[in-house]
Amino acid sequence: MKYGYYPGCSLHSTGQEFDKSFKAVCHKLGVELVELEKWVCCGASAVHNLSQLMAIALPMANLALLPEMELEEVVIPCASCFSRFKIAQHSVKTDKKLKRKVVEAIHRDCNDEAKVIHPLTIFSQKPLISQIPTHVERNLSGLKVACYYGCLLTRPPKITEFDVAEYPMTMDNVLRATGVTTVDWPYKTVCCGASFALSKPDIVVNLSHNVIQEAKLAGADAISVACPLCHANLDTRQDDMAKKYGTHPHLPILYFTQLMGLSFGISPAELYLHKHLTDVEKIFEKVGQPA
Amino acid sequence: MTEAAINLDESSLKLTDLVSAVGGVDVSYCYQCGKCATGCPVAYEMDLVPTQLIHAIQLGVTDLVYKSKTMWLCAGCLTCTTRCPQEIDIAEALSTIKILMAREGGTPQVPDVLKFNRSFVQNLNWFGRIYELGMVGMLKLRTGKFAQDMAMGMKMLKKDKFHLLPRIRGGSAVHQIFKRVKKQEKP
Repeated sequence: MKYGYYPGCSLHSTGQEFDKSFKAVCHKLGVELVELEKWVCCGASAVHNLSQLMAIALPMANLALLPEMELEEVVIPCASCFSRFKIAQHSVKTDKKLKRKVVEAIHRDCNDEAKVIHPLTIFSQKPLISQIPTHVERNLSGLKVACYYGCLLTRPPKITEFDVAEYPMTMDNVLRATGVTTVDWPYKTVCCGASFALSKPDIVVNLSHNVIQEAKLAGADAISVACPLCHANLDTRQDDMAKKYGTHPHLPILYFTQLMGLSFGISPAELYLHKHLTDVEKIFEKVGQPA
Repeated sequence: MTEAAINLDESSLKLTDLVSAVGGVDVSYCYQCGKCATGCPVAYEMDLVPTQLIHAIQLGVTDLVYKSKTMWLCAGCLTCTTRCPQEIDIAEALSTIKILMAREGGTPQVPDVLKFNRSFVQNLNWFGRIYELGMVGMLKLRTGKFAQDMAMGMKMLKKDKFHLLPRIRGGSAVHQIFKRVKKQEKP
């Protein structure tokens, strides 16, 4: 299996753990990734609040790189990038006038037929999902994990074509295949405060605290995420939550690819577990120290 | 509390038409069921809940709309858009109001959000990919809130989470796209 790979800005910076662990897991599973050499930012959460045309043009400019590299599919781990690409493709498919404007803006054809896919979809499909257990080298069944999908993987489902919006199971299914225990909980797709990370941190502390509290109530030892912004908000704001609400959550926040990697016997250093602000050592109390 | 009378005439439809022309969202389908407000995670901070803001757009009360905090507090989680029984892209309607205000030089009630958006876009225009440390710097110059999140930022620096210097990749390609977009958006 060969996919074009669009890392996006976060995975090259604050979300490098996601990049490293995703690549390590793909290597183990025989999924080949080819990074789009000349990729540019997709516009993320900011651009579409200033220019709709720019917000559609940026993902389409990236998709136009695929044919040059003889690729038909692109895998996008960052939920925010994934959403912007899906929305852009949907917009040009349904609005011919807009499509003409986009072509004029990017000076290339609109590649609206390219397949934009999330890693969880790749891992959850047959035959890969049934091969996952054969790669497992470490028993992580003692670890209870709350799978947090955030907003943009599932919403709106007609556009993201990922899973149902209110109670998705794709991440649960992938992690269960690795032996991890996942919990039922009601906050799988409730917002963490998203892009207010820098502009309205008080909202982030409040909403992310709600998510963490619900995960704890469900008995989770850790939260698994699929979005660098969800990760940043849940991981880096726990000291602020302690200040505001009196108790420190001390809840490890990991990317689902890091948990997959651990189960495959990949070392914590290779999975960049040391990069998180909230200590992840607590998970080894449940599953034993790595060899 | 006294309530001001709202005079409805043909011109009341202007704002609905503008949102439709600029954002491609027709808010006239809304019958105020309130589902968007019920699911909104940030409704507790808003002066008008989303359904009220949509109603204000329908009634053409431009002043009330532009002076609201609501669209600036939208986290873009798309819960409203997903749940709307009339399939109105409510989040996109809110974005459209922000675009209109930015174009017309309107003053947002939550200025830091516009400052963040502008810092992001400037960074993108310069570097093609987001140089996070530079963006934080640009934002702080705009807000003047230099102490905010300093402790967290230092911890992230220690963990080597950021690149200290920008890596300019695709900056000129993005710059060209910006220029061609601006040309097309000229009224």
